[in-house]
Amino acid sequence: MTHRYAAGLWADNPGLVQLLGLCPLLAVTTSFANGVGLGIATLFVLMTSNVLVSAARRLLIREIRIPIYLLIIASLVTCVDLLFAAFAPALDRSLGIFIPLIVTNCAIVARAEHFASRNGVLPSLLDGLGMGGGFALLLAGLGAFRELAGQGTVFAGMSALAGQQPGPGLALLPGGWLLLLLPPGAFMSLALAIALKNLLDARRAASGP
Amino acid sequence: MSPVWRTTLTLAGVAAVCATLVAGTFTLTAPRIERNQRAFLEAQLSSVIGPGRHDGGLLERVRYIAEGLPGTEPAAMYRVTRDGHTVACLFAVTAMDGYAGPIRLLIGIRRDGTVSGVRVLEHRETPGLGDKIEPARSDWILGFAGTYLGQPARWRIRADGGDFDQITGASVTSRALVNAVSQTLIYFAAHRHALLAAPESP
Repeated sequence: MTHRYAAGLWADNPGLVQLLGLCPLLAVTTSFANGVGLGIATLFVLMTSNVLVSAARRLLIREIRIPIYLLIIASLVTCVDLLFAAFAPALDRSLGIFIPLIVTNCAIVARAEHFASRNGVLPSLLDGLGMGGGFALLLAGLGAFRELAGQGTVFAGMSALAGQQPGPGLALLPGGWLLLLLPPGAFMSLALAIALKNLLDARRAASGP
Repeated sequence: MSPVWRTTLTLAGVAAVCATLVAGTFTLTAPRIERNQRAFLEAQLSSVIGPGRHDGGLLERVRYIAEGLPGTEPAAMYRVTRDGHTVACLFAVTAMDGYAGPIRLLIGIRRDGTVSGVRVLEHRETPGLGDKIEPARSDWILGFAGTYLGQPARWRIRADGGDFDQITGASVTSRALVNAVSQTLIYFAAHRHALLAAPESP
């Protein structure tokens, strides 16, 4: 049964397979630090919203379930935004508008509707962990790839995650292909990630039983 | 179909719980957020003062200048003092002609009219090109320190026949910054006595 909760990491990854939450995914993955920051924030919101929706699932009335999801998610996101501003102000400035925009990440409403409103609190928590974890890993991976290939550094601004002033990071390459840091590069990187996943899945299917 | 009263009560209940959650978090984090914002502004301000001791308390010695400085909003000016004596003025101005929108700048000018430092507070310039105005990415903006009206002679970028090197691939951004600093220096020269004097209007 644990396999079901791990689906979000790979087989049913919200970003790579369900193609949900692409707006923040494409917009903030200009650096590893930004990807990790938004990934953690989304993971937290997804887990807590799953728990709250699941706990309230017997109170849910069919006609008003969507407004209830949105109330819960919007409140949680506001709390996360305040907590980031209080404890990681540099990261909060760097992510800017994309923390409030977690509200519009349809992956969160989708999990509330398809999973949390039909399952118990603990399974919902694990589902949020799997789905949110898959989304966070994708954000971090895309961020690392675009940062390295786009400007030749890794871990630029990482100290912002610990509430310090952001630094320039480690320069591994002399430069990079700037296009990857711009919006078209976001689509190209995501396409590469999806292609890579499909390739690996096809290889495994071919060599499997 | 559930009765209307049940729907209403459920929504109101959820709304009340959510509002309490947000209000609680806000109350707990508000003092810390305010401290962070003040610390951030003070750190930004200190970065353009340059070396040397000063009295601190910059945020208390602020005034707003409605006209004559770059930008459409009134510009904040912070007075830096040493032993009660004004040593520099810091201007928070906005260059409206950035490549991708307004660029918010902090410009420090010493009592004698030399630039003590320039930093960008906020910008949306192109990553990899225009963002070289950030000191973390390039030393370009540090080149303003020590300049004044007359040194260099022509306050324009080289592409326009001036004495300032532009950032390669970002001449619009460079031009916006050089113009904003030069306009601020001209304003300072014209209003020097009033700006150096205390007290600030409330």
